[in-house]
Amino acid sequence: MAGTAVRGRLTWQVATVGAVVDETPAVRTIELDVPDWAGHRAGQHLDVRLTADDGYVAERSYSLASAPGEPVAITVERLPDGEVSPYLADDLRAGDEIEIRGPIGGYFVWPWQEIVSPLLLVAGGSGVVPFRSILRHRADLGSTTPTRLLYSARSLEDVIYRAELDVVRNGLEVIYTLTRQQPPGWPGRAGRVNDAMLREIAWPPSQRPIAYVCGPTAFVETVATGLVGLGYPADRVKTERFGGMGGG
Amino acid sequence: MDALDGNAIGGLLHEIFGMEMTAATGTCANCGAVGPVAETVVYLQAPGTVMRCRSCTAVLMVIVRRAGVNCVDLSGMAALEPTAA
Amino acid sequence: MSPISRGFHGRHRDATADTDRVPPGQFVTTDFPVLSAGPTPYTPLESWSFSIMQGGDTVKSWSWRDLQALPVEDITVDIHCVTRWSKLDTRWRGVSVDALLAEADRDARYVLAFCDGGYTTNLPIADVTGGQAWVAFGYDDQPLQPEHGGPARLLVPHLYFWKSAKWVRGLELLAADEPGFWERYGYNNYGDPWREQRYAGD
Repeated sequence: MAGTAVRGRLTWQVATVGAVVDETPAVRTIELDVPDWAGHRAGQHLDVRLTADDGYVAERSYSLASAPGEPVAITVERLPDGEVSPYLADDLRAGDEIEIRGPIGGYFVWPWQEIVSPLLLVAGGSGVVPFRSILRHRADLGSTTPTRLLYSARSLEDVIYRAELDVVRNGLEVIYTLTRQQPPGWPGRAGRVNDAMLREIAWPPSQRPIAYVCGPTAFVETVATGLVGLGYPADRVKTERFGGMGGG
Repeated sequence: MDALDGNAIGGLLHEIFGMEMTAATGTCANCGAVGPVAETVVYLQAPGTVMRCRSCTAVLMVIVRRAGVNCVDLSGMAALEPTAA
Repeated sequence: MSPISRGFHGRHRDATADTDRVPPGQFVTTDFPVLSAGPTPYTPLESWSFSIMQGGDTVKSWSWRDLQALPVEDITVDIHCVTRWSKLDTRWRGVSVDALLAEADRDARYVLAFCDGGYTTNLPIADVTGGQAWVAFGYDDQPLQPEHGGPARLLVPHLYFWKSAKWVRGLELLAADEPGFWERYGYNNYGDPWREQRYAGD
């Protein structure tokens, strides 16, 4: 099991922006050079702190997109009325410095207590970010744990990491559902994740699956309630809620 | 403005308690509900950070930052136990 | 000493605002931030009431219709949040607290505002009378939205805005002061933005 210290100081440190990758028109992955990075577990996040020249400070949290052992990276979606996300997704350049603190989290991490359970990952929009870390880590471990990622996005253009997700790996199935717009002839699913879709896609509770749900608060509520309704024990449904509006 | 959950204050809690706390188990002093801190309802946009019980909405914890110091009120928790892992 | 983030400006902050109108330590914003310590209540108007309480008894109560029948004022004021944003020339519509307290026992020296969702805040009665406070149900020519405290909130612009309790349902008259929600968690008992009374002891 990855050994990030549970105890130990968590201090702000200065990270330098390295490569940036535009994943979609609204989403950018930012690699960070963090001198004193202690390593991390898949699913953890870091906090970012920005200081304007008049002393104004803003802080936000971002899931780590990188797997344990890879260069630290976060993926940021530009929110329309955002205060921090437009700066990170548009203005930040290689060589810029930002303050970060991390890694953070001991609940929304994979593996949890064992690896053998089938794994269900349900992502709403940029909620897919921690799952990239989890899926890469799973591949690095050579794990063949049956895994399904149900990924809800507005349209195919909004799917983040598509090239990577479309590569079939041992025991991994990726299912997209496009909620606002589908390409002509789209053979896949459309519409929001609901109880009926979960019933078809989620592993049966008899297989003792573990589920991770990440995305906007309303999405997570709907999915978590749905999974518990299918018979998933509450302690095998892990949730991480992102801000709906006004927090970005 | 939607509420978030205990994951959103993982860094702040680590700062306060000196250790990771999102997987810690909290017990609500009002209704007795037990669960991970990560699953509490958290309001960040306020004069302080307010953590509420997901079952009964009672206040579990309030953190007010004053001159760089975190003032923490835990009276809404009957118990708070970090995980062994 | 935190490094400055190159090119980061944050929320719209108006550096050209008339500084005489801006209390110390505040930024002026053109947004209207939503701050909350709990879930937004949604009380139907037919169940809504506003009450003056004292000693456990209801001294007087108004239904939504009763409230609307009182003299209504249009007010333009500056508001100041303890989280450091100020908003100038905000336009409200409401009923003066003076009208609501007209028949109440004015020997009571303090009030505790109570609200849907359990929020409370305390004020000296002298600060909610004399034309300094309203129960406001209109903002910017529209009905006050739930996220901003609708159907009605307390409006006490001369104090930090946490005293302008959202989702207000009444005032309890008290002989002795009793701290409300934020006051109990370390905020100032009075909250004068011009003396920067943010925290207890300031």
